[in-house]
Amino acid sequence: MSDTKKNTNAAGLLSRLMRNQIFIPLAALVLLVIVNLIAGPSFFKISYSANNAGDMILSGYPISILNFGSELAILAIGMTLVTAASGGQDISVGAAIAIAGSVILRVLCGNAGSHPASMQAPIIVAFLIGCVVAMLFGAFNGILVAYFHIQPMVATLILYTAGRSIAAWINNNELPVIAEPEFGYFGGFIPGIPIPVPIFIAAICMIVMALVLKFTTLGLYTQAVGINEKSARLNGLNPTFIKFLSFVILGLCVAVAGFIKVSRLSTINYSVIAKDIEMDAILAVALGGNALSGGKFSMVASILGAYVIQFLTQTLYRFKVSSDALPAYKAVVVIILVVASAPAAREKISSLWKNRKAHAKEVG
Amino acid sequence: MKKRMIGLALGVVTAVAMCMTANADELIKVGIINNDPNESTYRTANVKDLEQAFSEENGFEAKTFYSLNNDEQIDAAKQFIQEGVDYLLLSAAATTGWDTVLQDAQAEGIPVILFDRTIDADESLYEASVVSDMAKEGQTAVDWLAGQGLDEYNIIHIQGTMGSAAQVGRSGALDQMVADNDNWNIVAQQTADWNAETAQQIVQSVIDSGDSFNVIYAENDNMAAGAVKALDSAGISHGVGKDVIIMGFDTTTDGLKELKAGNWNYDGQCNPFQSEYLLDIISKLEAGETLEEKTIIMDEKGFDAETITDEDIEKYGVGGDTTEAETEVETTAAE
Repeated sequence: MSDTKKNTNAAGLLSRLMRNQIFIPLAALVLLVIVNLIAGPSFFKISYSANNAGDMILSGYPISILNFGSELAILAIGMTLVTAASGGQDISVGAAIAIAGSVILRVLCGNAGSHPASMQAPIIVAFLIGCVVAMLFGAFNGILVAYFHIQPMVATLILYTAGRSIAAWINNNELPVIAEPEFGYFGGFIPGIPIPVPIFIAAICMIVMALVLKFTTLGLYTQAVGINEKSARLNGLNPTFIKFLSFVILGLCVAVAGFIKVSRLSTINYSVIAKDIEMDAILAVALGGNALSGGKFSMVASILGAYVIQFLTQTLYRFKVSSDALPAYKAVVVIILVVASAPAAREKISSLWKNRKAHAKEVG
Repeated sequence: MKKRMIGLALGVVTAVAMCMTANADELIKVGIINNDPNESTYRTANVKDLEQAFSEENGFEAKTFYSLNNDEQIDAAKQFIQEGVDYLLLSAAATTGWDTVLQDAQAEGIPVILFDRTIDADESLYEASVVSDMAKEGQTAVDWLAGQGLDEYNIIHIQGTMGSAAQVGRSGALDQMVADNDNWNIVAQQTADWNAETAQQIVQSVIDSGDSFNVIYAENDNMAAGAVKALDSAGISHGVGKDVIIMGFDTTTDGLKELKAGNWNYDGQCNPFQSEYLLDIISKLEAGETLEEKTIIMDEKGFDAETITDEDIEKYGVGGDTTEAETEVETTAAE
């Protein structure tokens, strides 16, 4: 507490902010905003116009970022919990999204072939079945990690490899297309509401997670297990179950993200849907300054990290970086951000800071 | 050389034997090595086409192996050679590493026919190859676009995975045209890795920037579909006689239907139906004829929204409605 009193001046405030985990993603966000502003203020223009279905909708870069960043933000929620509890990452989320999406479409198509004239089941039923299947696959990963103590990245490698084939198999390798516009609402717009629906879905997920973290002990227990499994067990927690649970929650996030993805285009392509999204999800967690070895986490920072990644992608599109160079540009920015937000780097910087202060005092 | 002669002689003998036994008790053994059918709609159609063509009814005993892993493919090829197939049909996952296997096949007198993809090996090591000319596909598309006679071409160019044969071929023709003509401009050129949703984001980004455009040149149908989603949500009209020309490739059934409906303007074919060419080659070899050309480039079309017919969709459409058609047949039969 005495610390807070001392740091009332501006410099102190800054250093306190810098020590906060949320600083790096926030700083990255501000930097991206500034860069885009310099290039032209049109970036933040939001227009209100009719789409081809005749409905009035909002559009513009900020809307696009929030819209297309939704799935990643949802995945970041689950990935943060898995990272914190197990000290490892799930690399199968992209493949699991293919499975969840495939299941949802399979239920909607029923036995009417891959291009049904009408949906064969209510969307909510298809979605719930998709959730159950994705959570089962999450549970599979969870069992391997929690009960068999397999390194998470290795355990999830199995589903990473097999997932897309399983997804194709679920639909007999057909590419189903749902023609009814209602199914497209969840990845697009509901007539009369000018804001893209994925933004609402992501917001709901965040609110639910915030409530869970506030009113249950999930957050505390997850951190305890991540920091020290043995002492957590000595304190009466069940680390195995908590790890398992984190993978099941990620499974739920996967199902929601998969639902948005298949709804966006009303179809699926097994080999490319949500391709490499696992890497972006892990990156979001890292950008949020969370230790990838588990323990303490900040959910807000992870989600912010997810939007930073989408912002970056959108910015690179805007600056028309050529296709060959795009991954390289992205890599450079990512390296800088991740190194800056790594706990080791932050410690180093703050110790350097202290040393300088101490040195200054001695000289003084 | 001697062995090869023996092989050839044996081939002639079996061919003669085939002709003599009208019921064709002696099936021609073919070993088919292909990529994983899950790879894409295109590959699914390709695998299906070959499986249907090399059936027992058609006088073949087919052994198949599917993998995206080149080493696994090579192992399977060795296995097929040991088992003594009559022909080895190969669509290699990667272009290198095949020399030894092909030499083995040659020593055993097994003709190798490449399809779909070519490899880095001496021409003498294989009998024939059946391939698509991606550069020609691109050129056909660009020629069609030039024929539209627009005053100015402002193009969003959505590329496939960088470095793939399809991307290089299809980008090349357009890049050349843009470099040569002042009224052809690229508004945005970006890879979407064959992914519809990434294509949607790229087009959305151009719309958000406020730049105007009148052509979308997407290097496959999936990406064209994604691009159209972005146009729809921005209230931009597209298709025949509308503001934006939509171009795709691969002639998926869904894509051709959009063409027929006038929502898209052009779709370029990349022919996965290679079995007729392969059957032709094998029947010629069985008859002891020599092939006129080693590399057979398939005839590929480009479809225009204004001239496409339902028969075209039926005949050239890749993937899509086949199961539905089958179930329909079944239900009518049940009735």
